[in-house]
Amino acid sequence: METHVTRRAVLTQGLKLLVLGTAVEGQAGAPKVAPEAGSGYNPRDHLWAMSIDIDRCIGCGNCVRACEVENNVPEGYFRTWVERYEIRGADYEHPHVTSPDGGKNGFAPSADRTLKQFFVPKLCNHCLDSPCVQVCPVGATFDSPDGVVLVDSSYCLGCRYCVQACPYGCRYIHPERQTVDKCSLCYHRITKGLTTACCEACPTQARSLADLKNEADPIHEFLRKNKVQVLKPHMATRSKVYYKDLDGAVR
Amino acid sequence: MQNPWRNAAHLIRPALVFVAGLLVFLLLRQAVVPASFGQYGHYRGAALVEIRNAPAHFAGEAVCAACHPGEAATKAKGKHRTVHCEACHGAAASHAEDPEKHKPARVEIGKLCVRCHEEDAAKPAWFKQVRSREHSGGASCEACHQPHSPQM
Repeated sequence: METHVTRRAVLTQGLKLLVLGTAVEGQAGAPKVAPEAGSGYNPRDHLWAMSIDIDRCIGCGNCVRACEVENNVPEGYFRTWVERYEIRGADYEHPHVTSPDGGKNGFAPSADRTLKQFFVPKLCNHCLDSPCVQVCPVGATFDSPDGVVLVDSSYCLGCRYCVQACPYGCRYIHPERQTVDKCSLCYHRITKGLTTACCEACPTQARSLADLKNEADPIHEFLRKNKVQVLKPHMATRSKVYYKDLDGAVR
Repeated sequence: MQNPWRNAAHLIRPALVFVAGLLVFLLLRQAVVPASFGQYGHYRGAALVEIRNAPAHFAGEAVCAACHPGEAATKAKGKHRTVHCEACHGAAASHAEDPEKHKPARVEIGKLCVRCHEEDAAKPAWFKQVRSREHSGGASCEACHQPHSPQM
């Protein structure tokens, strides 16, 4: 069946929507602007990052479970997850990568000592040149002044551009809110002097929260004394999740 | 001399329409764009505060040790000194706020120890691992090891 859309109808509907939108925004927007003062936290004094020591990760999944609890991550979605890499001989171009349920309940033990095997914890890389931030059409995904890539879920349209733009697969659409969601580096914790939930729960200190602007932070020694690599350096995202002893097979 | 403005009406009228249009645009923009947009960059500055205000579920090692100094001291001397309390006991911020109302769930020893310490070729060699079935013959880990200080 053919429907007739007249110019008058489009304009009338458009005007109604505009007026309605303005009214809703006016009501919802006003009380949300909370004052910055009084928190004692100045975002410009920090630059948050994370260091990950591959050789300390035992694949227990504590970080995944802690993240789920701390950030109310919906079942089947992950802000952080752990991958197990299996590489046979020199075939580092075809690693076998598994992450059952994000590694949340650990991994089935392997007895095969002829393979090279190791665990790689992953999360948002909080890039300094984030592709996800660059593609967001409305400014719902942004770099905070302290170097954390955050999502303003009340402003997100759910257009999914950023989900496709992230080279690391760190974003998902929240099944209930239908807006994008991702690791916030526990922004609600690190700005209060706590560490992230994943670092809090990691039994071997494979992960450490780092503040690059704090000269006393062990991250500086970590970067200086170890063989450090970021994921997909050729993407020029200037990732801030620094891996120690990262194998070349890791994507 | 002729008045130079005698034919200006055709300029003034579109100018008025333009100014009216600009006013409508500015008013709508004022109403639609959130107040804090652009405070730090191309985003709503207030979002930073909103995200920051989310409640924490993990209290942190220091909070646990404040009320449980004995356990903290035992742990600090043992091999599990790098393992934070909530790594095994779970998120306990609600327990810290109201210890009577919210009790942390009992730790499932059988499941928990094995998750880290079951032998796996993918685990780094420095990490202490056992084949639980051969190691204990089905006995509970607690029968020999104290989790806060897991020496024999």
